[in-house]
Amino acid sequence: MLELNLARRAPALSPVASEAGVKVATLDAVGRLALRVKAAALAGRASVDGFDLSGAINSRSASGESGGERAALRLGPDEWMLLVPADETDERLEAVTAALTGVAHSLVDVSHRDVTFSVEGRGADAVINAGCPIDVSPSAFPVGSATRTIFGKAEIVLARRAADRFTVTCWRSFAPYVQGFLIEAAKDTL
Amino acid sequence: MLLIDCPYCGKRPEVEFHCGGEAHIARPESPIEMADADWGSFLYYRTNPKGLHAERWLHGHGCGRWFNALRDTVSDAFVATYEMGKPRPEVSPATAKA
Ligand SMILES: [Zn+2]
Repeated sequence: MLELNLARRAPALSPVASEAGVKVATLDAVGRLALRVKAAALAGRASVDGFDLSGAINSRSASGESGGERAALRLGPDEWMLLVPADETDERLEAVTAALTGVAHSLVDVSHRDVTFSVEGRGADAVINAGCPIDVSPSAFPVGSATRTIFGKAEIVLARRAADRFTVTCWRSFAPYVQGFLIEAAKDTL
Repeated sequence: MLLIDCPYCGKRPEVEFHCGGEAHIARPESPIEMADADWGSFLYYRTNPKGLHAERWLHGHGCGRWFNALRDTVSDAFVATYEMGKPRPEVSPATAKA
């Protein structure tokens, strides 16, 4: 891979996590691979390089065998965001490409595009709903859900990891806005 | 907030969607053989009905897919949504008064 692509770009984020009842924290770098492949091309394969692609649309499937954790967020009928430990990104990119030899697909490393925040604590759902219009009640958005949606004026990928813990992933350029919005909303949970 | 029933995601808030104009308008096979008036009518003339209207919608801030919807232009009610490529569903005017 070109040396140019290895440059690390960080948004100007506040180093302060929210002090309120709901904690807003910036998560460490993670590898993100955008995978597009149609069901017909996959021909029934439920898994590619250990990534579980069998999950329903708008859900997160994780698998942990052979080394680091691998998660597949199914964002659409033919679209997944694959998450891997940051130091395994290149390795996984090559392995998924190899596993999909002969299958029409698109696989792009978008690790540097996004920033992920965790929103955790009692009332985390209210903090999310301060800027996001979707129904995050446990029946409509249970643990394990993950979807692309809106937060204020920014597009985000929202995932529910536990009853009171969400992750919010946005583009790097929107990160200071999203972080500020989350921290302001979290003040209501003091 | 108005909820739109995406064929892939289920009911989601209106702000995640974008309307792409009237549905089921096929591009002519050979524009070069068409009269200017016919080409003009393909490009610019739309039905603009009072009542049920078939429209293309994009769930851009969601699954990212285009689909078609039957919307009542009087009540703004979404009567049906269906995948691209499928025919316009038959809906009786009575059920459309949602
Ligand atoms: Zn959708």
